Amino acid sequence: MFNKFLQVSSLSLMILAGATYASDSKMTGTVKVDGSSTVYPITEAVAEEFAEDAPRVRVTVGISGTGGGFKRFAAGEIDISDASRPIKAKEQKLCEEAGIDFIEIPIAYDGLTIVVNKENTWCDALTVDHLKSIFLDGSETKKWKDLNPEWPDIEIKKFSPGTDSGTFDYFKEVVAGKTGAIRSDMSVSEDDNVLVKGVSGNKGAIGFFGCAYYFENKDKLKALPIHNGTSNVMPTSKTIESGEYAPFSRPLFIYVNKASASKKAVDYFVNYYLENAGEMANAVGYVSLPKELYERSQNNYKNLRTGTQFLDAEGEKVIGALATVYE
Amino acid sequence: MTGKEPSTTLCSNTSHQRGGRYLIWKKLIDRFARTVLGCAASVSIFTMVAIVIVLGTETYSFFQLEEVSVSDFFLGTEWSPLLGAQKHFGIWPLICGTLLVTLVASLISIPLGVISAIFLAEYAPPIVRNFFKPMLEILAGVPTVVYGFFALTVITPALQSIWSGIDFYNALSAGLAVGIMCIPIVCSISEDTIRSVPNSLREGAYALGGTKLDTSLKVVFPSALSGIVSACLLSIARAIGETMIVALAAGNLAQLTLNPGAQVQTMTAYMVQIFLGDTDAIGVEYKSSYAVAATLFVMTLSLTLIGAIVTKRYKEVYN
Repeated sequence: MFNKFLQVSSLSLMILAGATYASDSKMTGTVKVDGSSTVYPITEAVAEEFAEDAPRVRVTVGISGTGGGFKRFAAGEIDISDASRPIKAKEQKLCEEAGIDFIEIPIAYDGLTIVVNKENTWCDALTVDHLKSIFLDGSETKKWKDLNPEWPDIEIKKFSPGTDSGTFDYFKEVVAGKTGAIRSDMSVSEDDNVLVKGVSGNKGAIGFFGCAYYFENKDKLKALPIHNGTSNVMPTSKTIESGEYAPFSRPLFIYVNKASASKKAVDYFVNYYLENAGEMANAVGYVSLPKELYERSQNNYKNLRTGTQFLDAEGEKVIGALATVYE
Repeated sequence: MTGKEPSTTLCSNTSHQRGGRYLIWKKLIDRFARTVLGCAASVSIFTMVAIVIVLGTETYSFFQLEEVSVSDFFLGTEWSPLLGAQKHFGIWPLICGTLLVTLVASLISIPLGVISAIFLAEYAPPIVRNFFKPMLEILAGVPTVVYGFFALTVITPALQSIWSGIDFYNALSAGLAVGIMCIPIVCSISEDTIRSVPNSLREGAYALGGTKLDTSLKVVFPSALSGIVSACLLSIARAIGETMIVALAAGNLAQLTLNPGAQVQTMTAYMVQIFLGDTDAIGVEYKSSYAVAATLFVMTLSLTLIGAIVTKRYKEVYN
């Protein structure tokens, strides 16, 4: 945590030095953000920096989970929704019914990281099939030796983010698909630090969350390389950005209420966010998008392009890499 | 004299008038005070009634849902409202987790609380008592979140170094912290009742040749028993309802187990999980927390009632 703070504050000097627009100490207003706990570190870092730029604007950042954030977003309670997955058809419909138009902005890549206890010496990589037998409902796997007879007779204790989080949704989509279900005998918490503590405290534990929480707790946890079909890949900034860390690398988003974008403080905050998202993402442990994508989102925001590009006309999910889907 | 008379009349007239107004004014104030005090007192009753109504209606609407049935709820042994191919609403894993934590807590708080009460009331010289009592009150004033972190950062690692098979989040650690928290409740109420045992009983015991230990354990303790029992019941009710410590240290996995080293989920911890924005505010999971709350409410209410009955029924009356 302290380390992150240092990184952020040293970064702030760089940003202040290179700021392209003058700070506005007279601007007032509030910007309300809520949603994914995975996106939270980036938004929070941006908000901290922003406070120096526009000290009178109050920015609040909540962690209700991606689903919880969209619920509040559709109710018009917040200006910006943090999301660790694209908006779902159901949520889009809610927004439509409430007359809320939104602008979709990708801000960084995350590599969903599978972690185990430091004392876990036997396991050095997992395949998606392994994960299926650990996490799927109805699977008989209870102990590590059930996965591989050479592994020890220790119970696998599972730690998962809350069922309303985008991280859980994403994991479920990859591991269980559309029809499968995740088993119920796991400890579930919306607070990623609870998961870090649980995995680092139990020898047989396994858990998953956004890579930022792993990078921040590298000394307490062991991340497992995941087999992407051809080789075992560790989550690093390089493998996440290239998409080599498959299938667990994913884009993160913010959704801005179009009506809020006409408010001066919100508009200023979003512009500031877009300008600094890449550096902030790297500073807190995520991976910045290619420059070109930030330019695309800046254009989309300037032109107030509303709606999502991840759902087709029938409300079906559009599948593909961020750089090809998002224009 | 004639000159004086009217003035006296006048005088008595004014004094009568003033006295009348004064009295009316006083009566008004009195009535006003009664209304204010009555309102203040009824706030808690209205709150209680409101809670019962909300719990009752929400629980009722929970049981009206298709996914649940009353018999599954009260007899089921699997609690998995959020995950799995099929949702299960059997309350027993949550009750089991709650009772496991409460049992550990009571094994700590009741013996320690009662013994220290006997020590403070019967043995301790005033100077020691004047030191100990404020210390205990400080213990009672520590916020429960602090106890939770104490459990997580001190008790759990200590337990793990002794018992290697123990989970990081476990019922034992949370129970110990809840137990420590409950010591002041048991101790201070027990001490009050022990001290209210009349001295004539002690003197009688000494006169019969009893030692100090005989007197304390065989004469004073039984005389104060009703108060001590209700103190213990109060502390058990407090332990059952404790939220923050268990939410932090006991874990979030509802399972039917008697192993104190295992991760459990208590009823209160489940409600925390639901209300922390984990789920839809309309779904069956959300509603289920009201049914859990109602069950918890009935449990603590019956403990409090039993406590009241015990106090009334077994109270020794001395003249």
